Order: sequence, then structure tokens, then C-alpha cells
Amino acid sequence: MEHRENKDRRLLLWFFAVATAVKLLLIPSYRSTDFEVHRNWLAITHSLPLTEWYFDETSQWTLDYPPFFAYFERFLSVFALLVDPRIVDLQSGIDYGAESVIYFQRISVIVSDLCLLYGVYRLTRKLEPMKRNLICALVIWSPGLLIVDHIHFQYNGFLLGWLLLSISFLQEGRDLLGGFLFAVLLCFKHLFAVAAPVYFVYLLRHYCWSGLVTGFRRLVTIGAVVVAVFVAAYGPFIYHGQIQQVISRMFPFGRGLCHAYWAPNFWVFYIILDKGLAFLLRKLGFDIQIPSASFTGGLVGNSSPFAVLPQITPLTTFAMVLLAISPCLVKAWKKPQPGLVARWIAYAYTCGFLFGWHVHEKASLHFIIPLAIVAVQSVEDAKHYFLVSIVSCYSLFPLLYEPQEYPIKVLLLLLHSMVMWLGFTAQYADNKAQKKERGEIKSKFKIGCIEKSYLMGLFIVEMVSQLLHPYFLGDKYPFVPLMLISTYCTVGIMYSWIWQLRRILT
Amino acid sequence: MPKKKPAKHSGDDDIAAPVSSQTGSSIDTLWWWLTHKGTATSFLCISLFALLIRSAVSMYPYSGAGTPPKFGDFEAQRHWMEITTNLPVSDWYRNGTSNDLTYWGLDYPPLTAYQSYIHGVLLRIFSPESVALLSSRGHESYLGKLLMRWTVLSSDVLIFFPAALFFVLVYHRNRTRSSKSEVAWHIAIILLNPCLILIDHGHFQYNCISLGLTLGAIAAVLCGSEVLTCVLFSLALSHKQMSAYFAPAFFSHLLGKCLRRRNPVLAVVKLGIAVIATFVIVWWPYLHSLDDFLMVLSRLAPFERGIYEDYVANFWCTTSILIKWKKLFSTQSLKSISLAATILASLPSMVQQVLSPSNEGFLYGLLNSSMAFYLFSFQVHEKSILMPFLSATLLALKLPDHFSLLTYYALFSTFPLLCRDKLLIPYLTLSFLFTIIYHSPGNHHSVQKTKASFFSFKNLPGYIFLLRAHFFISIVLHVLYLTIQPPQKYPFLLEALIMILCFSYFVMFAFYTNYTQWTLSSHFRSSGKEKKHI
Repeated sequence: MEHRENKDRRLLLWFFAVATAVKLLLIPSYRSTDFEVHRNWLAITHSLPLTEWYFDETSQWTLDYPPFFAYFERFLSVFALLVDPRIVDLQSGIDYGAESVIYFQRISVIVSDLCLLYGVYRLTRKLEPMKRNLICALVIWSPGLLIVDHIHFQYNGFLLGWLLLSISFLQEGRDLLGGFLFAVLLCFKHLFAVAAPVYFVYLLRHYCWSGLVTGFRRLVTIGAVVVAVFVAAYGPFIYHGQIQQVISRMFPFGRGLCHAYWAPNFWVFYIILDKGLAFLLRKLGFDIQIPSASFTGGLVGNSSPFAVLPQITPLTTFAMVLLAISPCLVKAWKKPQPGLVARWIAYAYTCGFLFGWHVHEKASLHFIIPLAIVAVQSVEDAKHYFLVSIVSCYSLFPLLYEPQEYPIKVLLLLLHSMVMWLGFTAQYADNKAQKKERGEIKSKFKIGCIEKSYLMGLFIVEMVSQLLHPYFLGDKYPFVPLMLISTYCTVGIMYSWIWQLRRILT
Repeated sequence: MPKKKPAKHSGDDDIAAPVSSQTGSSIDTLWWWLTHKGTATSFLCISLFALLIRSAVSMYPYSGAGTPPKFGDFEAQRHWMEITTNLPVSDWYRNGTSNDLTYWGLDYPPLTAYQSYIHGVLLRIFSPESVALLSSRGHESYLGKLLMRWTVLSSDVLIFFPAALFFVLVYHRNRTRSSKSEVAWHIAIILLNPCLILIDHGHFQYNCISLGLTLGAIAAVLCGSEVLTCVLFSLALSHKQMSAYFAPAFFSHLLGKCLRRRNPVLAVVKLGIAVIATFVIVWWPYLHSLDDFLMVLSRLAPFERGIYEDYVANFWCTTSILIKWKKLFSTQSLKSISLAATILASLPSMVQQVLSPSNEGFLYGLLNSSMAFYLFSFQVHEKSILMPFLSATLLALKLPDHFSLLTYYALFSTFPLLCRDKLLIPYLTLSFLFTIIYHSPGNHHSVQKTKASFFSFKNLPGYIFLLRAHFFISIVLHVLYLTIQPPQKYPFLLEALIMILCFSYFVMFAFYTNYTQWTLSSHFRSSGKEKKHI
């Protein structure tokens, strides 16, 4: 037993080592402006006193993550100073592109992925080897994480590691620790707050709902823990009376409903419906004004970008997210089961992704990673995961628009699909049927006809946007391929949402 | 004995794997979920990964990036594309106003020229300025680099990968006892060959084509189709003359086989015709006049460059520290001396194959003859280690312990070259990746240890100590090379030390593999009479 435990740990490390090798090789690849954003944060946190962190406007990439992340950058900047002092220089460091800064920042992401490794390890250590290997392969070799963290540049692996850690404690029934870790996570990146209602209801019911005295004691404990975490994070800023500024930086609602590249969510349908209706009504003779603000331009002002349909405010999206999560909250209240926590959290992030305000395509990682844990629980889950992870990874393709990374992103997706397919077929192998036919493996894991044709459709979409569009239209309508991709992927994500909802309700 | 592996896992075969997955004791259970679909599917999966690694490495700089006026191998290949797409076939090897042979003149056989032509045409479609005559000299651009990189990637996919699949299918068909995970491991070792990836996709060359063709020829030998062997190997020779490193092994093995036929002369003639026909077709444009033919030939053998260049870990270069070969002998006599030495060194393995040709022995023969060429032939380059190393990867399952060390020293011998190309990170990463794949949980190599014990250098006193000392010194040299400026008096001190170290390991390795090949044959003669005629 001890021996096997040891062996499994070795395999997990092996997965991580292979992934690390790939990450190291990706160092010279394209980096988005997020790279400079994070470099600037290193400089801000290093060269300015805490009171000026959220006020500095030297660079346009101002600090807009919660304080723990700023502390994290402060911690990194200590090492950055040793590597090259110019990295942490507020003025001369702007758009610094020397090898030192590239290696330093890239390697900092690779090292911080150790957190993800520990999260996966802790989450899967009690599972049987097969499921364990699969989850490790799905999370550690996740193409989305590689694309977003190690090419595009962000620290999602590190943050998702915290999330997995928190889920692992909840699954073990150690609710207080799980809640504590989630509170910490919220102070790293507030976008994770979408799952907060689930945590709240679950912890209230599962942890605090046990008799009047114990319950009250536990309620106070967990409340105190959460408050302590938030004080540790925001305390200094409250003390300096800057909390207003911090909040306004963290929630820039002026940015508009959709990001420049539309994340494949519900609002894509809404926009298209609006355009369609406007077109139709205009044909019918109504006088429809063309809205001054456009969706393809990125930043949107105050004027309504919709011609016909009512304007969407942050509050509307907030209400819709909450409404979408509510079935799961009811379930969690009625019967709080540790085994279902991962599923609920993933569902909450799916809702946030679909209905949220100014959602980035990268946010799909928030539900893809927790869903990997769910995927090994049944054949249906596996089928669903197979589809949704491919769609979400594909929807990340426009992030890497330079030709150099083209083979890499395609290969990552193909490899991931292949590993998933092999893994799931083996996991759900039909042992009885297999005995009869030597060699050939019968599996319960089969992709349905509709799913198959939908996935084939991705291939067609890719062909159209990469070959046909540039060939026939050239530089005209550059937003059409992106629109096509996000619309097509939205169908898959919507399907996943409905599927998850049904799964939770039944 | 080589064909019969000791019972390696506790009696369970692939089919029983899912049932016994609870025990977690065998190799296959760890990998069963990735390899259960069979060789072709595992191959597809691993080749996707290998391609990913290749395309990631290809983002790093190539040789001679941004270093005018001569640049490096990248510029040479690009220049050939420029020449072949703009000039008529007859002028490709001829010095002229628009083809200055002193500036990266074409010095590979015609198949390379044709390949340059095809790639040049592709480049011209997307980036005409990168292959424009004369004006494109030293052309460097994002798109140009990308397209060139993609031509190597596609050559790999179209030639090396299918050849590797062919080889793996044939090789493991003969070895009925190979488990699926063992096959997968072997595929990974062949496809993730760190030297090949670094030289082709980092440094920039098209070794994957000639090595792929050679690999195809080797697979053809294993499946018994000798005509195909001759055709493929002739193609490999016409792509890169360095493929001749393998020629003794092919020649002796095929000769040995033909001699066992009922009508040896007919068999030899048949193969001779296949070889000549292939050569005639490939060389056709240069066969119209003797002048043309000699002109091309003289381009292929640059004897004026001396017996060695730079610091290559072969006999001549290493011993030149003590014996100044270049001063003692004329180039002409050095040519004959090195030829004699090469033949002498590859003779044992050739004789063995003529006497008792076998598949196993053939693979060892390839390794021994290419190593003999690497160590003793005229004008060897650091990159030529690819040849012996490729044949070693084919034997990876047979060379426990030694293979990982060979990889290490083969890579190490190219270390100064790769450092010059600014490929340090890929060098370190691929060494790391190779190590973790070689030692992947499940320990394929450790299982095989018992098998090699019929003879092992380990029995020699002090051998282990020697290896460890070797390894330790090499690590120190890595660090020194990266950190310390060599003394003014000996600017290439560290290169020379690296060379000596690698050379001494290669010599030990060559002794070991030659010995193994011969013990193989004595074993065959004594026990397996039916195996003589495979």
C-alpha cells in the first residue's frame, strides 16, 4: 500500500515534470500585454509605499487585483530586484523586454504552478489510481492553462491550485479550512467570488447547522476567520482610508458588457439578436438608430450599444448570475454533500461565465479545471467534459493570433483531446465485453452523433476563419472570424450549462 | 537469448491489465490507459507530443541568427532555396555570377537540392523576398523564419515520423513479447531524440529527411524487403552524403543475406540494379556529361577543409592535442590514413554480419559502423553524432544503462555548438525531458538489467568509479563553460576538455557495442540454428 502510494506520487510528479519541460520551452513564445501588466505591478509594489499602490498611474496598466495578489507581486519583486533592478523600476522598466525580465516572469509562473500540483495531489490522493492519473493528466496538462498562463501570461495555475486545495478540504469535511482558503483566494483574485454564494450556503448548512450552541459557535468561528482574512488583505487600505479607491479599481464597470473579443457566453446571443431585430425592423420601415458605441471596438462608454433590446447594466448581469446559480443553492441547502461540492462550484463558475459582466474568455478555466474532478465520476460526466473542454480550449484560440504559436495551440488541443479520449475509453472500459474479444477494448465511453458533428463543426469554423475568410474577404470585416468562433463556442458552453443544471437538479 | 526476454511482469499480459490494475504492480497498469488502443494510436499520441516539442523548440533562435556576414546553417539552407528556385538545374553546383560557391555553395547531393527547390517554391508563394536572387542574402524576418521552420516540421512529419512508425511496427512485430507500454516507451525515445530535435529545429538542418529515409531502409531490412531497403538507402545517400556512415552495415548485412540464397549472384545483381536505378534517377540532370558529374562530386567532398574542424569528439581531433596530424602528414596521405582507420574500425561488425546476418546484429552493425565513421573518418562534424545516436535509439530497449549515458554524452558533445546558437534553455530542457521519459515510472530499463548481465563492464574493477568521475567532471564542465572565461593563452580549453571527455566515453561505448555484437553471433551459432535464416 505504502509502495503504491509512493508510485502514484511519482507518476504525478512525472506528469508535472513533463508539463514543466513544455512550459520551459514555451518561454520565448508570444506574450500579451498581461506580461507588461504584471511587470508593472512588480514595479509598483516594489518602488512605491503601500498607500500609493492603488493610486499610481505611471503606466496605463494600473493595479486592479485585490491586495493579496499585490502582496504576492511584492514578494516576487524581491527576487526580481536580484535578477535585474530594471524590472522593478517604475519608469525605465516600462515595456522592458530584455531576456532577464522574460525569464524571470515566465519562470515565476512555472514555479508558482507548484501550488496547482499540490492542489491536485491533495484532491486526488484518496482516489483509485486510474481516476487519479486521469485527473492529473487533465489538470496538469490542461491546454487552456498552458495557453493562458505560459504563452499569454497570467498566474491562473497558482490561483486554481488554491481553489482545488479549498475543494479538497471541503470534500474531506474540513469545512473551516476550505472556507478559509476560499477567502484567501478571493483576496487574490476577486473574479473567483462567483462561487461565493455556493460556499456561503454550503458552509452555513453543512458546517454551522448543527444545533443552536455548536452552530452559533461555528458560525462565529467561520465568520471570524473570513473577517480576519479580509482584514489582513484590506486592513492597511481601510486604515489609510483608501478602500473606495481599491474597490473602484477592482470593479471597473465602465469597461462594458463584453470584452473586445467576445467571450463565448449568453450575451453573444443577445447582441446578435439585437442586431438581427434592428435589421429586420429597419427593413419593415421602422426608424432604428444605429448605436454610436460598438461591440467590436473594445472600450464602451455610457451610451447604450443596443438598438432595440434594453440596455444591460452590471446589476442585471449580477441578478441573472444569481438567478442561474439559485437552483444549485437550493440543492446545497437541502442536502449539503461534500461529494457534490466540486460540481456545484464548477456550475457556479459556468453561470458566472455565461451571464457575467465583461467576461474574459480566460474565465472558462475557472470551471474547466474543477469539472475535471467531476469528469471521472461517471460516463455521462466524461462525455460532457470531453465536449466542453475542447470547446473552451478552442475558444481561447483567438488569444494567440500570431502565426508562430499556431501549430502549438492546435497541437495542444489535439493532444488534449487524444489523451482525454484514450483516458476515458480506458476508464470506462467494459471489462466483460473485453474478455471475449482479445485485444480490442470495448468501452462505454462513446461520443454521440450530435456531439461528434458539433466538434467536427469546430474544424469547419477554424477552416473558415483561417483560410476562407482571409482568402475571399481579405482584411475586410476582421471581426467576423472572431464573431463566428465565439458564437459557435457559445452553443457548446450553453449546452454545457444546461447539462450541468439538469445534472444538479436530478 | 536476445529474442527471449525474461518474464518481466508477474505473468499478466495486456488484456488482463484492467483487472489487475488494483494491484498496481506491473508496468503496464501505469500506462495501460494511454497505450491500450495499440501501437498506431500510441504512436499518434506520442507524435503529437513530439511535434509540440519540436514546434516549441523552433521558436528559439537558429544558428547564425543576426550575425552577418556569413550567418549560419539557416542561411545556408535558405541560400540553397534561393539558388535552386532561381537558377536552372545545371547551374546549381556551378560557380557563376549569381551563384558564388564560396558563399554557402551547395555541397550536398542532388536530393537536397530538389528538396530545397520544393521548399523554395513554397517560400516564394508566401514570402517572395526571402528567396529572391542575390537580394535575399542574409534575409531574416519573422515570416521567413517561421516558414523555414515549418518546412523542417513538415519534412519531419512527412518522412521521419512515418519511417519511425514503420520501424516500430516491424521491430515489435518480430519481438512478440514486447508489452504495449514498452512499445510506447520505445516510440517516445525515437521521436523525442533530443539531439535530432535540437539540431534540426533549433540549430536548423534537415537531418530528419536523410535519417528518416535511413530509418525506413532499416525497417525494410527488418521486414525482409531488400529492394526497398536499397531504394530508400540510396535516397538517403543522395540526400546527405553523411548517410554513408551506415553503408558498411547495410552492405555487409545484405551481402551476408545474399550469400545464403540459393543463387547469390542473382540476388546481389538484383540489389545492385535497384541501387543503380535509384541513383540514376536522382542524379539524372548531372549524368549527361562527365564534367557535370565530377563537378557535383567535388562539391560533395570538401577535402580542402582538413581532417577535422572545430572541436569534434573523434579520434583525429582528440589525439591532435598530442600528435599534430595536420603538420605530420599531407592532406592526401591523411585521407588514406583516415579511410584505412575507418574501414579497420568498422571491419569487425561487417565481418560479423557477413558471417551471420541477423536483425539484431544488423542494428548493432549500424551503430558500430556509424560510430567507427564518427570516430575515424575524414572531416567529421559535431552534428554527425546524430548518426550513431539514431541507431542507438533503435536499440534503446537493448542497451540498458548505456543508452541514457550515451544520450547524455552525445548531447554534451554538441553543447558548445548549441551554446553558440543560444539554445541553452532547449538544451537543458530537452535533456531534462529525455531523462524523465527515459526514467518514466514503471522503469522499463531496470527490468532489462538482468538481461545484459551475461557481460557487463560493471564486472571490471573501477568501471563504476570511472563512469561516476566522468559524469561528475562533465557536470563541472557544464558549469565552467557557462560561467568562466577561459585563459587567454588557451581560448578553447573548455571545448577541448569536453571533447576529450566525450571521446573517451564514445570509445568505451564502441568497445562495448562491438563486443555485444560479436557475443550475439556466437550465441546465435551455438543455440538458435533456426534463427540463422530469418
